[in-house]
Amino acid sequence: MKRHRFSTRLWHWTNAVSVIVLFMSGLTISNAHPRLYWGKWGFEPAQAWLTLPRFPGWATIPTHYSLAIARDWHVVFAWVVALSLLLFMISAVINGHFRRDLTTRPGEWRRGALAREIRQYLRFDFSHTGGKYGVMQKSSYAAVIFILLPLMIFSGMAISPGMGSAWPWLLDLFGGRQSARSIHFLCAFALCAFTLVHVLMVLLSGPFGQMRAMILGGRVDATA
Amino acid sequence: MRRRSVLAGLAAFGVAGCNRISESETFKGAVGTAEGLHERAHRLLGGNRLAREYSVADISPDFRGNGSVDIPTHEYRAHEAAGFADWRVAVGGLVERPQSLSLVDIRALPQRTQITRHDCVEGWSAIGQWAGPQLGPILEHAGVRPEARFILFRCADNLYGAPYYESCRVDDAFHPQTILAHQLNGKPLPVKNGAPLRLRIERQLGYKHAKYLTGVEAVASLDHIGGGQGGYWEDRGYQWYAGI
Repeated sequence: MKRHRFSTRLWHWTNAVSVIVLFMSGLTISNAHPRLYWGKWGFEPAQAWLTLPRFPGWATIPTHYSLAIARDWHVVFAWVVALSLLLFMISAVINGHFRRDLTTRPGEWRRGALAREIRQYLRFDFSHTGGKYGVMQKSSYAAVIFILLPLMIFSGMAISPGMGSAWPWLLDLFGGRQSARSIHFLCAFALCAFTLVHVLMVLLSGPFGQMRAMILGGRVDATA
Repeated sequence: MRRRSVLAGLAAFGVAGCNRISESETFKGAVGTAEGLHERAHRLLGGNRLAREYSVADISPDFRGNGSVDIPTHEYRAHEAAGFADWRVAVGGLVERPQSLSLVDIRALPQRTQITRHDCVEGWSAIGQWAGPQLGPILEHAGVRPEARFILFRCADNLYGAPYYESCRVDDAFHPQTILAHQLNGKPLPVKNGAPLRLRIERQLGYKHAKYLTGVEAVASLDHIGGGQGGYWEDRGYQWYAGI
């Protein structure tokens, strides 16, 4: 049996590319107006709760400042990230990936079990007994799939004036358009932090085996 | 070390690739498709629904002016000094009965007052109360000919040396909240917000809301107007369906 199913691998890489493109084009969009506000409106520095730094060219799409081109990349990959997540969720419910690999049992959350897992990580020991992933790994993947990515998508929709009139409940859900924009940015940086830790863990736990498994599928017993 | 330089090389290649792709016809095609899908999704889910209207308590203390915030010509100064008494907006193009409306004519029409949110493409929002006649009945009175596909808005301002203009679909021009606003927060429209008359087209981004209006034209095509993309910012690469 393969360690990662084809549908999981296809989604993983589609999502990775989309999230990177959306994040980097998003940094250009941030440069257009680097202030965040709470509530329905906001435009002055005095109203902002946070002013972001100017992101340099190497971190943005495109590398020169162009809000128009950045928005082009953003509106294209918004569809890719949303539709691929939807299809992945459907297939992972049908093939049991969510139930088998991402749900945690109450026993895994006991203090002793958690402490054991943390001590294991600190020794750079990434083997898990009784499942593909550890409890922190499962819960961080689940948080990204079921909380962060959907929040990114729905807060992004709430920012759009066309979507905000079609589905006004989106504005209420996030507490106004500027709050939705703040939440969109916060989730983007949370997703960026997850990605950095995720890549670090891959590098620490045998990057060649991990990459081979996520590209070609790998074998369950090969990585146990 | 080698791995790091390979990664840096890949990243540089990827970023340079993105810059190249941005200019390619294939990517422009994909953008057109994605934008069309967003627009169709909005119309499918929203239909002719109204944009959110707010209460007086939600009005922002100031309403930011952006883009052109003044017209530094003697002609405009003279209009301003005269309270825009001689300002006229032409309703023409593919219509049966072209009109020329003064502000007195505009104020004599049935008025709509709406407290709405203005979303700039840059990301900020302001809330203000607008008043003016709906554009739909004005166009109906002029009699839009069936071959018209777009409504074009001509403006008195030049931005970075080029005339500002905008356009929208005929059905968006007939949307109940699409008004020619001559008042902001109960007072005549300030100069920075487009005095004496501006468009409000509430389900789209700020750059669609043409200021300093001088003309409303029904047209069959946008190809030979300005840069051919349907608006000042559209000619500079921004998306024509500005609802995202």
